[in-house]
Amino acid sequence: MQITFFTFTLYLSLAICLIGLTYRGWTWLKLEVGPPAERFSCGQRAAAAAQGLLRTLLSRRIFAVLKVLVLDVGLQVRILKADLRRWCMHMSIFVGVLLLVLMHALDEPLTQALFPDYASTRNPFMFLRNLGGAMVLAGVGLALYRRVRIRGLRRTTRTGDRLAMGLLALIIFSGFVLEGLQIISAPIFDQMVEDYLGTDDPEDRAALKVYWAQDFGVAFSGLKASADAEVWAQGQDLHEESCAGCHSNPRAAFVSYPLARALQSMAGVLNGMRADVWMWYVHFLACFGGLAVLPFTKFFHLIATPLQLLVGAVENPSPAAGANQQTKRVLGLDACMHCGVCTLHCSVEPVFRIMGNPSILPSEKLASVKTLAAGRLRDPEALAAVAAGSFICTSCYRCTRVCPAGIDLQDLWSASRQSLVARGFTEPHIWVRERTAAEWAAGLIAPQASPFPALKNKPRHVNLVDQTETFSACVQCQTCTNVCPVVAAAGDSARDLDLTPQQIMNLLRLGAHEMAMGARMVWDCVTCYMCQEHCPQGVKVADVMYELRNRACERLPAVKQAVHGTPLCERSSDPGRKEDRS
Amino acid sequence: MKFAWFAGCKIPYFLPQYERASRAVLEALEVELVELEMNCCGYPVRHQSFEAFILSAARNSALAQARGLDILTPCKCCFGSLKQAEYWLRESDSLRAETNRQLDEEDLRWEGAKIRIRHLLSVMAEDVGIAKIRAKRKHVYDGLKVAAHYGCHALRPANVVRFDNPLAPTLFEKLVDATGAQSVDWPRRLDCCGSPLWEKNQALALELMRKKLEDALQAGAQVLCTACTYCQIQFDTVRAAELNAGGLEGRLPSILYPQLLGLCLGLSAESLGLADNRLDASLIRNYLG
Repeated sequence: MQITFFTFTLYLSLAICLIGLTYRGWTWLKLEVGPPAERFSCGQRAAAAAQGLLRTLLSRRIFAVLKVLVLDVGLQVRILKADLRRWCMHMSIFVGVLLLVLMHALDEPLTQALFPDYASTRNPFMFLRNLGGAMVLAGVGLALYRRVRIRGLRRTTRTGDRLAMGLLALIIFSGFVLEGLQIISAPIFDQMVEDYLGTDDPEDRAALKVYWAQDFGVAFSGLKASADAEVWAQGQDLHEESCAGCHSNPRAAFVSYPLARALQSMAGVLNGMRADVWMWYVHFLACFGGLAVLPFTKFFHLIATPLQLLVGAVENPSPAAGANQQTKRVLGLDACMHCGVCTLHCSVEPVFRIMGNPSILPSEKLASVKTLAAGRLRDPEALAAVAAGSFICTSCYRCTRVCPAGIDLQDLWSASRQSLVARGFTEPHIWVRERTAAEWAAGLIAPQASPFPALKNKPRHVNLVDQTETFSACVQCQTCTNVCPVVAAAGDSARDLDLTPQQIMNLLRLGAHEMAMGARMVWDCVTCYMCQEHCPQGVKVADVMYELRNRACERLPAVKQAVHGTPLCERSSDPGRKEDRS
Repeated sequence: MKFAWFAGCKIPYFLPQYERASRAVLEALEVELVELEMNCCGYPVRHQSFEAFILSAARNSALAQARGLDILTPCKCCFGSLKQAEYWLRESDSLRAETNRQLDEEDLRWEGAKIRIRHLLSVMAEDVGIAKIRAKRKHVYDGLKVAAHYGCHALRPANVVRFDNPLAPTLFEKLVDATGAQSVDWPRRLDCCGSPLWEKNQALALELMRKKLEDALQAGAQVLCTACTYCQIQFDTVRAAELNAGGLEGRLPSILYPQLLGLCLGLSAESLGLADNRLDASLIRNYLG
């Protein structure tokens, strides 16, 4: 019954895992990041990938790939160079898991084939299993510590990270407890004696019990504490004869054995309820659960990240580069395991602290871009937020340089930004141009036109626009307008700019902020400060322009949304939409 | 002489030759640079959020101050932004308190003008000094006519940035002349390069650049010289792609000041990243005696 259930769940989780892996592999050829011009069919991309693979395998580039395989995948030199502690954490988990998978999970097909005298209760196997488990637990502990202690990581830690750490910890911990319970288990001892001890003599069995209770930690209820040395020696003989071939001293299980000692006091209850069997269920179900969710959680980086590193080792100048570029982008999205290093080094992280849009931070934006690529990000407001985050990025290249997975984030950001722009999500400088200053003012002044409550101006530490002193000295001499290079370059300022700087100052002096906010002059201002420098009255003309933009960024999107109807920014004829593509 | 090096965001990917050339020249002039991991200066986000701009800039100043170092930046927009933040943080008590509350989370503090924020040109002209530059020269240009482009954000508003006389600056020309080259007088030398409108109003961005180029050509310049990341991207990268026709073909390439000076100091074209410039500026080497 147990075996059937075990086998059933094993094959079920294996099947889910394989289906998941196939699906993820398919998405690498199917999903797209980037503007519509860069589209390739699934077939084209598969062919390009195969071509690239062949060209690499059959050329000297294979050595570059092998180098990356050894240094970056195996020894993880990229992480080591950046941060020794992070390397210790990751190596600990990596080596531990590898050890456990090869020598424990795959003991029947693999370890036994390599070591004919393998038994799970023999050394060095018992010791190595404990070592692997201890390494993984230590690594998970370090990871948890980092995510709690490092502010930037704590802020971005999400369910997926907790789930991965929790599941890994559960697998290892349940394994240790299981082994501890098996060590103290009298029922298992009885069963083994039934199967392997060559004698039925009750005296022999009692002697073996004494020996196993003392040296192997089995907890028998009602066994006399101090048996004499003769009985112990008799037990030892029997042990050597029937048990020693498969059982090393459990003290080598340096985690499970102390755990077993700790459980001794409750051994009666635990053995009575067959806690070992229950824990066995917990352990293998946790393991199979881990296997089943592998393609859908950050565990998937076990596959995608090494692949990303290997692919990244090859600069592919072939004609198929465009198609492969798409495939590499999607692979890059999967190779991210949300370690958060990019965000820790992000140049615009302080901007996030003020604006609070998670899509400003690379590690979070990547998740958004992933949903976008999968076609699951449809809500216009969510799309607008991703676009807004994307526009904050200064393309400083730092995230790409520090990414331990070697993902070309710079390229991902540029491609995703272009695709959002193609869908009509542009910076205010662009969309403000769609209406005149008067039209924007009409939307701002008549809140009844908007289903949204009129936004109050938020309090400002520096408030120039609302202060009469800012403009009180202005004599409308037009110097600001006369020295403005934008006015000079425009043909007709009323037509091309709506208002001149001097007109804007005049409107603000009269308190008519709304009239100025959407003026193209405000958004075409190059902030060269000519006006401010030349103003004979010391009016901070350029600083006011900046503040007007700030205010417009707060208030105009609502007007835009109200005027356009439901979509905040997305164009009615969206070139990115599926129906338009056919 | 020691500074915290503030490259800014655009250099690593878009203009790595600026960092290379600056480092090579500063090393030759015995200026030591310290690497601190700083963040964006705040300039690009200022149009959207004044507070985000201030925090970004203030964090950089606080980081440098924690190490007791003055900041040296080769970018005029970064320079302007850091100076502007300094100005506003002094002006507004509540802004300073709020910014420090944010910085306090990582044990940083903005404490006024304890450190100096310096642009590359000011360090060369004032901290190193024209005399020392002249003394270090191994070659000088002979007959090369250079249009020095100032860049707005270092120059204005003068009461904030205190870079040079905002209406009649001479600092850049002095530095150009120190290489033996001849700085030309061109009416539009203080105008905007157009870069702030890139991808926002492309036509206007190009028009502003075109006007400047024509003006510099008319003044007889053979090469344009910049000392700002954004200006050089505009006059080299953007121009090579968008504005290299209609009488402008191959004329008036733009060169970064440390590249111009570097050749005089005997540094190799390679160590100055000259090959990374999109428009071929190798003509300047013909004038090198």
